[in-house]
Order: sequence, then structure tokens, then C-alpha cells
Amino acid sequence: MTSLLATTLPSRFRWTDTLAWLPWIISAGIVGYAFLSGGYVVTLVVFALIYAVFVIGLNIFMGFTNQVSFGQNAFAAISGYTSAVLTTAYEWTTLPAIAVGVALAVLCAFLIGYPTLRLKGHYLAMGTLAIGLITYEISVEWSSVTQGYMGISGIPPLGIGAYEVTSDRGQLALLVVIVLILTFMSARIRTSRLGRAFFAVAGSEDAARALGVDVARYKLASFILSAACAALAGSLFVHVVGFVSPEVFGLHMVILSFTMLYVGGIGTVAGPLLGALIVSLLPDTFRAFKDYQDLAYGAVLILLLIYAPRGLAALFDRYVPAKKVGGAP
Amino acid sequence: MANPEPILKATGLSARYGHVEALKSVDMHVEEAELVAVLGPNGAGKSTLLRAIMGLVETGGTVHFRGKALPRHDTVAVASQGIILVPEGRGIFGPMSVAENLQLGAYRLQGGKGEYERRQARVFELFPRLKERLSQVAGSMSGGEQQMLAIGRALMADPKILLLDEPSLGLAPRVMTEILEKLRVLNEQGLPIVLVEQKAPLALKLARRAYLLSLGRIVAAIDPREVQSHDELARYYFA
Repeated sequence: MTSLLATTLPSRFRWTDTLAWLPWIISAGIVGYAFLSGGYVVTLVVFALIYAVFVIGLNIFMGFTNQVSFGQNAFAAISGYTSAVLTTAYEWTTLPAIAVGVALAVLCAFLIGYPTLRLKGHYLAMGTLAIGLITYEISVEWSSVTQGYMGISGIPPLGIGAYEVTSDRGQLALLVVIVLILTFMSARIRTSRLGRAFFAVAGSEDAARALGVDVARYKLASFILSAACAALAGSLFVHVVGFVSPEVFGLHMVILSFTMLYVGGIGTVAGPLLGALIVSLLPDTFRAFKDYQDLAYGAVLILLLIYAPRGLAALFDRYVPAKKVGGAP
Repeated sequence: MANPEPILKATGLSARYGHVEALKSVDMHVEEAELVAVLGPNGAGKSTLLRAIMGLVETGGTVHFRGKALPRHDTVAVASQGIILVPEGRGIFGPMSVAENLQLGAYRLQGGKGEYERRQARVFELFPRLKERLSQVAGSMSGGEQQMLAIGRALMADPKILLLDEPSLGLAPRVMTEILEKLRVLNEQGLPIVLVEQKAPLALKLARRAYLLSLGRIVAAIDPREVQSHDELARYYFA
């Protein structure tokens, strides 16, 4: 954070400004490459983009507001299963099913967040971890609806009304649009009054309170926004894959999304997308290493944490001064 | 000393952190346009006194502001009435720009751009350096500049009374003097100030009255004019 480069006047152009675009250029490059080459890479990138939706939400809660949640997968599960059940057992179309799924997850986030967010630090982490585990157990045991470990198959693909997006490239294009919209929203939040309140809560709860920021309310708002993204990701996932089982939204999802958030750059706008793409593609880039693939993947993660501790996007973000100068809030 | 109605009046104010009682039945008051210093050694309860007024700790007793009792445990409500704290260690939001920090100061501002500009102009008049640094990341500024920002941010809330917790902490003597001089200017404009300070001689130069806290109690009310030398002050401390 101690950047001496940021002391110059905001109006003057500096070559470091262009560096800020690098995470976007890299992300666009990866997605563009997938689109052109087709095949297996498209599938990888499609999953990466679904995860990006999840991580954009996680970043609002953890990066902007500096809270911890190990339980966002619960909201992905709630929405994902709602989508799956409504479209298969009740033969709903995709769009309303997703809408109901996300709304239900948001309602749960409100009910769970209200008491849970009084917890701080480690206690909040444990509390949210419990939410994820409970949801997992429910998805296993409530077999009359979820069909337990067997899962639900035959879930229809994404689409509006009669028009269904079935091709790999079509799904990729649709997800790119969704991720762009969410990234734009997260960028807007960051520079808005809401975002400043999030960052104030992140900086010091007492200092925020002393300025009249209602800390509990903004923690809840951040949690709900985060849950809404997780829920959307959950629904997108089941419609893209066409199948859902408890394992889909298990602890693996938590670990993977945390890795993406930290590798990409927690608290940055470009970080979730970049992190999701790189962490999704990294293991496969080392396929030539055969038995040592996981070793190479792990080694790269460690190197990233050493040389880019605040994430890849933060490497460039650091040099960017805040764009808005003066003016009313 | 019993002039008209004090703007801020604490009666039997106590505060505790778990089982530790950090503040024991303190009575103090601040009159209109007065600068009151709160002195005392480390751990005397000076910061706790300010936090208790803001309702940031578990408290007993009452605090009256302009004759009305303040709600307890509702810092937002206290701040909304114009009682603004500049916390110890400044509490500025490091990753955000100077401009964003100032915007957060005016967080409760309901009015439009005009009022915002008016408040900002006042801050820039007092601290021209903040204007130069508007787009800079707050955490990358020097300690003195951060303290200026912390005070500037508090002023953006248009305080009716300003509570400052050790603004001189960790600053070079020259910067310290500069900041205290600004506080004097603000006070002369009519802003009541409670200044918590460990460096008693500095605070006594500005203050009209001072309280000396020790082990959570007010042990003396000091008239700065009567304290002319270090020895006399030391007597208060060790009495």
C-alpha cells in the first residue's frame, strides 16, 4: 500500500495507467483463445466463468468488506437445487427457475446473516462453515426432493423461453456477458457510497461507526449481495452441466473459490475473473508433467503467494490512483 | 466554572471491557466553544472516556448533549447528533483515496453537492495539503498528513463537538505543533473540542480547562493558567 508512485497529479497520463488494463487484456486473451480453439478449452473456460460469478460475490463480502465466509457454497446449493427441482419435477422453464432459486437463496442469506454476522473473525468463519456443511447434509438426506447422492439429472440448458443455448460457444458467450455485467456492477459498487461504507467497515468498524456508518446493516447488505452471486453461479452450473449432486457444492467449491480469490487479487475488481480463469486452467497447463502435475500446480500457487501476495490483479491495481476526485458523494 | 448549560455533560460515566472496569464514575463537562484537555498517563482511561461518550464500549452513567440524554450503545445515533471522534491511531481508511475518506466523513450528509463543497472548502482552507493529495491512496501518506486527513474527515461530518484521541501520537514535534495550531484555529471558530493527550505541556497551551485521569478516575481539574512549570504538573501526576 505504500506506493510512492501514486503521488502525481491525477490529470496527467502515465504509462502505468495502461498497466491497469493488463488483467483485463489477459482475461480477454484467454476467453478469446478458448472461443477460437473450441473443444475442451471451452468447457474449462465455461466452468471458470461460472466460478468467476461466484468469486465476484465472494470478493464483495471478503475483499470489499473484509469479512470471512466459508459458507457461500450453501447459497449456490440452495439456488442450484431449486433450479434443478423446478425445471425437472415441475417442468418450469429455465429463467423463472433461476429467478426463484436466487430469490430463495437471498432470503436464506438474510435469515442466516442477521444473527450470524454479529460474530467476528474466526467465529464468523466457523459459523459460515457450519452453514455450508448443514446445507450439504440437507442435500444428501432430503432425498425425496434432492435424490440424495444420486443427484438430479436431465436439467434443461440455459435459455430464454423456447430458445435454448446448447452449443459450447453459445454458453461461453452468454457467460461472458453475465460476468461482464457483474464485474461492471462490482466496479460501480466499489466507487459508490455503498462501496465506501463496505471499505469503511473493512478498515475499522469502530471508526466507521463513529462516522455514522451503520456497520451491521452494511455487513448484511454485503453478505446478501455475495450470496446472490453465489446463488446465480449455482443455478448457472446446474443448467450448464445438466446434472446436480451434493458433491458439486461441497467443500471443494469453497477451497477452489478461495484459491481463485487470493490468486486473482482480493479486493480488486479484475481479480475474481482473472483468478477464476488462471486457477481453472493452471492444472491442465501442467498435464505434460504427468504424475507431477499436482506438484507443479502447487508450486506455482506457492510462488504466486510469495511474489504476488495480494493477488495478480493487485500487482497492477497498486499503481492506479482512485479515479474520482472531489465531488459530492 | 458553573457557566450556562454545558454542551456536553457526563455524569457517573463508567466503562468496562469484560471484567475490567476502565472508567469509574467520571463526571466531566464541556462548555460552548471550549477546548478541554484530558490528561493522564498510559492506561488511565483517556481513550476509554472518549469511546464511552461515543457508546463504543459498554457503559454506565449518562451523557447529556445540549441538555438531552444520549442513547447508549448506539454510536451511529451519537455521531448523527454531531459528536465526532477522531480515533486513536487516526482510523483513516488506508486503501481508499483521500477524496473517498473525506466522502466517508460526510456520510450522514443528506443535503446536496453545495453543502458538501462548502464543508470540503473549509477542510482545504485548514489543510491545503489535502487538496493536493486528493487522489492519493490515504495509507501511503506521511503520519502527519494522515492525521490531517483524520481531522479533515471528521470536519466533513460538520461536528458540533470534536473528540480527539492523541492526535500527536507518533508525529515529529514540528508536525505536532502544526496540527495543534490547527486545532486552536478550529476552537477559535467556536468548535468545542475534547483533546485527549499524553503530552500534557502541549495540551495545556491550548486548553482552557483540563482533567487529569488516573486509573479510570478524574483525580484533578486543572486550570492551565495555574500550571506554569513542569514541576507543578508533576505534582498533579504524583499527588
